[in-house]
Amino acid sequence: MEEILSVFIQEAREQLTEMEAGLMRMEQGDHDPETLNGVFRAAHTIKGGSGVVELGMVEKFTHVVENALDKLRNNEIGVSSGLISAILNCVDHINALLDLAANDQAEADPDTQAKGDALANELRSFLGGAVAPSAKPGAPAEAATELETEGGGKTMNDCWHISVRFGRDVLRNGMDPESILRYLLSLGEIVHITTISDALPEAEEMDPESCYLGFEINFRSHADKAAIEKVFDFVRDGCELHILPPYSKLADYIDLIAHLPEETMRLGEILVKSGSLTQEELDEGLATQQAGAAAKREDGTPPPQLGEILIEQHMVQPEIVEAAVTKQKQISEKKADEARLIRVHADKLDHLIDLVGELVIAGASANLLAQKSGQSTLVEATSVLSRLVESIRDSALQLRMVQIGETFNRFNRVVRDTAKEIGKEIELVITGAETELDKSVVEKIGDPLMHLVRNAMDHGLEPTAVRLAKGKPAAGRVELNAFHDSGSIVIEVVDDGGGLPKEKIRVKAIEKGIISETQTLSDQEIANLIFEAGFSTAEKVTNLSGRGVGMDVVRRNIQALRGTVEVHSQENVGSRFIIRLPLTLAIIDGFLVGVEQSSFVIPLEMVVECMELQNASVDRNYLNLRGEVLPFVRLRELFEVSSERPGRENVVVVKAGGRKAGIVVDVLQGEFQTVIKPLGGLFRHLRGISGSTILGSGDVALILDVQALANLAAGAEEHALAASGARN
Amino acid sequence: MNTTANSPSGHLAIDQDMTIYHAEALKSELLASLEPHQVIELDLSRVSQIDTAGIQLLMLTKRECQKQDKTLRIVAHSPAVHELMDFFNIAGFFGDPLVIPAHMPPNAA
Repeated sequence: MEEILSVFIQEAREQLTEMEAGLMRMEQGDHDPETLNGVFRAAHTIKGGSGVVELGMVEKFTHVVENALDKLRNNEIGVSSGLISAILNCVDHINALLDLAANDQAEADPDTQAKGDALANELRSFLGGAVAPSAKPGAPAEAATELETEGGGKTMNDCWHISVRFGRDVLRNGMDPESILRYLLSLGEIVHITTISDALPEAEEMDPESCYLGFEINFRSHADKAAIEKVFDFVRDGCELHILPPYSKLADYIDLIAHLPEETMRLGEILVKSGSLTQEELDEGLATQQAGAAAKREDGTPPPQLGEILIEQHMVQPEIVEAAVTKQKQISEKKADEARLIRVHADKLDHLIDLVGELVIAGASANLLAQKSGQSTLVEATSVLSRLVESIRDSALQLRMVQIGETFNRFNRVVRDTAKEIGKEIELVITGAETELDKSVVEKIGDPLMHLVRNAMDHGLEPTAVRLAKGKPAAGRVELNAFHDSGSIVIEVVDDGGGLPKEKIRVKAIEKGIISETQTLSDQEIANLIFEAGFSTAEKVTNLSGRGVGMDVVRRNIQALRGTVEVHSQENVGSRFIIRLPLTLAIIDGFLVGVEQSSFVIPLEMVVECMELQNASVDRNYLNLRGEVLPFVRLRELFEVSSERPGRENVVVVKAGGRKAGIVVDVLQGEFQTVIKPLGGLFRHLRGISGSTILGSGDVALILDVQALANLAAGAEEHALAASGARN
Repeated sequence: MNTTANSPSGHLAIDQDMTIYHAEALKSELLASLEPHQVIELDLSRVSQIDTAGIQLLMLTKRECQKQDKTLRIVAHSPAVHELMDFFNIAGFFGDPLVIPAHMPPNAA
């Protein structure tokens, strides 16, 4: 695929996402004209871009959408839920067309074409009489011919054009044009401004207290003409003010040029530069002017005014080249962004992270050698080096961090569509959208999240009637939360629905042979049974969920990211699914500990404190931590290291998933930058180990899965208690 | 206001506000500074306030230089000067390099 095409498709998809977000906001009652404007601009950019890369099907179809949005913008039609739905469907269709284009298919197949026509017709039905029902999906060229009688067609400028020459006395009267223009900003955005100083007289005659300046301003605003004029009220004396509304006729611009004191050519250029006219539009006007001048030479009559020529000749403005407009708009709109953002191929970043990983290992090895050599200068040099490596590591990882908001925002659409489909009223609340996590994690978390959200809507939230009967508000509420918590990111999917039916789950689990009838389980454990394979309690299968292949897949996907998922549920109050994920998959700050000859790494974020293990009884696996019961595991026993315990043992207190536990080791070796190397498939079922790493000495150290160890410690203690309780 | 007046290139540092209140004085200072030199370097780094009158004077000086085939270089901009030049989009008119943060290109479309 050509590079330009792939860039277009990528950008078009971003624009579509923007459109979708804007449309959803409008549906929820956002009347900010800027929102609608944003949606319109996105559609316009897609249309323009598709013209440039010669994707006729996208261009044609988007044109219909753009038309509808334009009518909305001009208040010719009102916002309605039906219209928004129709436009959203069109957005989906454009996405589908982009898919085709991505597969090197430049023309829509008949099915897609038919679907597109149907959508376009549906959309047109909202436009009322404004568009003839028989009109074919109007390509820009066809639309342009309708403008024939307009006398010099519309320009493509969607901004106001303000042309002002301030009066000589403004400064003397204590008014500064600067503050007038700044005040203008309260009404909208100055897209482009040109300062005209042609009126400055000779140096000797110039009165420094007079104002000689004028401005040509391309101004984007929803204020009406009166409001804009009002800005200049205080300086009206001796001030020459021309205001042209958006999409003014070309003739009006040519008129303006003719009326302004400055030279035509120069003004023309200024208008083009400020985006008010395209070069084509200007050339058109000037060509006619020159023809007029030539005529003058021949017959001696004065040349008619440019505007008159255009009107007299009923000159048709030829289709304005979309590419030029698009390019100009993109330049002015994106300029600021471009300077701050660069697109980088994800592979390059991954490669960088790999290299940084190797650098960390090599650095550790150099450090070790330096320390062995005992040369203090060398040690100093390597310690500076390792500090720099650490900074590089952090910055490199930071590059891959993205906000989770984008992923979350996709759910606005999902929730809206699903709510309509299943006839429930559902409100989606998003918090913590700015929480950052590794790009590779974000990519993979979408599917499990989608499943959980759909589940919450379908299974979790009760039908409206049931909700009302229970005294809950009719509209169900689904929350998506994200936040950082001790070295991991937590994503929650919360609903205020019926909660999990514990008894039903228990019965079902027994039926499926997941648990035995005599097994006693805590409420927590019962709730989490839904993550077992082959489990579903929905009585009826909808096309959303309930095929019994859901939650175990969710759990597997999350575990593949070194994460965990659990559910807290209270009947009739709601459920809370909590996903915990590591911040990054590549490099972490570790805490190195040793048992006999083996080294282990504990993720540093999880370490709370370290202390000496004092006179702990041999058979009890808990200790008294300042009045708190702290269960612990002995790595020596867990990994069956067959040697005598040393005289002194240490406890590393860790916190994982809101649970504290102790890990008993022989020696504490301190902080260590850990490059995570995944374990082979052979060790996949190993409990308590999440990966491995290479030490500076070349030895391998295992990374402890603290979450699992904490569970193990707590579980062992619980079981011991339960067993002793049963004996009593 | 300090002028060094010996070589073909003159250096003028303005260290007061370039506003309407000083416009009259500024005009004569600026124009006078052009007289003896071929190249004039203007240091505006200590101009804490500037308004439209000040900008207008700068534009006049620049044009005057061009007429006399002299060169006017603004070698340093204070934040206020830079901000207003940006707002009026006249950096291109002066054509001097603006020393600015990397993420803000001079607005010369």
